[in-house]
Amino acid sequence: MIYFDNSATTMFKPDSVIDRVTDYLKHSGNPGRGVNAASLYSGSIVYDTRVKVAEFFHFNDPSRVIFTSGVTESLNTVINSVVSSNDHVVISYLEHNSVLRPLYHSGCSISVTDGSIKEISKKIQKNTKCVIINHCSNVTGEIQDLKAIGNFCKDKSILFIVDCAQSAGIVDIDVVENNIDILAFTGHKAMLGMQGIGGILVNSHIKIEPLKRGGTGIHSFDKDMPEKYPEHLEAGTLNVPGIVSINAGIDYINDYGVENIYSHELSLRNYLLSYLATRKNVSVYKNDNKSAIGVVSFNFNDVDSAKLSDYLSTQHNIAIRSGAHCAPLALKHYNIESCARISFGINNTKKEIDILISALDQFVF
Amino acid sequence: MGFTEKKILVSFESTTDALAMEKYCKENNVQGRSIPLPKDISSGCGICWISPLKLKNTIYKIINDNKLNFEEIYELDV
Repeated sequence: MIYFDNSATTMFKPDSVIDRVTDYLKHSGNPGRGVNAASLYSGSIVYDTRVKVAEFFHFNDPSRVIFTSGVTESLNTVINSVVSSNDHVVISYLEHNSVLRPLYHSGCSISVTDGSIKEISKKIQKNTKCVIINHCSNVTGEIQDLKAIGNFCKDKSILFIVDCAQSAGIVDIDVVENNIDILAFTGHKAMLGMQGIGGILVNSHIKIEPLKRGGTGIHSFDKDMPEKYPEHLEAGTLNVPGIVSINAGIDYINDYGVENIYSHELSLRNYLLSYLATRKNVSVYKNDNKSAIGVVSFNFNDVDSAKLSDYLSTQHNIAIRSGAHCAPLALKHYNIESCARISFGINNTKKEIDILISALDQFVF
Repeated sequence: MGFTEKKILVSFESTTDALAMEKYCKENNVQGRSIPLPKDISSGCGICWISPLKLKNTIYKIINDNKLNFEEIYELDV
């Protein structure tokens, strides 16, 4: 199979990730639950990963690296805690439903922007609690200017929350330099880890209420969750195999070089865009004013993207994504209900794109 | 017939703090280990670090150099 659905999840996992998870499963204890050798071994891996994740995002406090089941749980935890019905929140139209649905549920008022400082600054109100930005769109691939938004939010004393589901592992993210208050990440996309692991980086001045309550291994006689981080937000047994996977994934990314990964995926994007530019009756959804990661969304006019996706899958064994991509405001912005999306990963090649192009050339409208 | 040895015991409020202590002590080849918290000591976390008392200054240096969090430090006959 040629796999071009890396924005949904990366299929390619380095052997080092698979080997370390497999090895861990032979020795797994429960971190923080008892002081036996297996528990301490698991705990040491978890702590080492907190340090590694903190360094990966240029963050300074490993105890404020919280592990979750993924970016959706991360964003739900944060939004449920930070945003109330009386608050106002500024977002971009590129937000994923993992941001939109918790916000709608909160009952807050929302201003939708294009993610630029020019628009964000116009939308700020007295009760604006936070700006939430999808660093890289899973529809257009465009990259938002975190530094500019972070500086603006700091000046206005507004929380800056970043969803880096698509960008972590492709674009270097500096939490401190960009004045990011809360960063939500996932492990199973470009961080090359397993599904079911993600996390939150929370700056020390911010108090987040837990989404879940339960065992933490500490302060067991207290009736509520301990105040101490990260345990405050980590009820229940951690997904340590998943944590091992992102530990190994970060090692692989650091060895490869984030800049090299970005350059590779951008070159693939540009290669495919060059082809699409030669085709008639095609609409490509992108923002030429911004740089982008390796994502290309398009429609052949009047053709259902589901039909194209099914054709590529069944006739050529090429996996792409069709539909709304859980980003309804982005699709409304382009006045469409669905589109085809090609999203590249670290292991994709131009040769694979040539095969895709050949398949697209044979596609009968 | 045993004999007691003076020890330094460091308690923690959280597992994460205890594991940080263990990591830095191991990295610096400090004699000692993580043990279950003795029942006579009250602390948030059931993991503590114990080393020979003669390493007291080393333990404080590890804590200070790496800005490690701890709850209490005890000197005990174990």
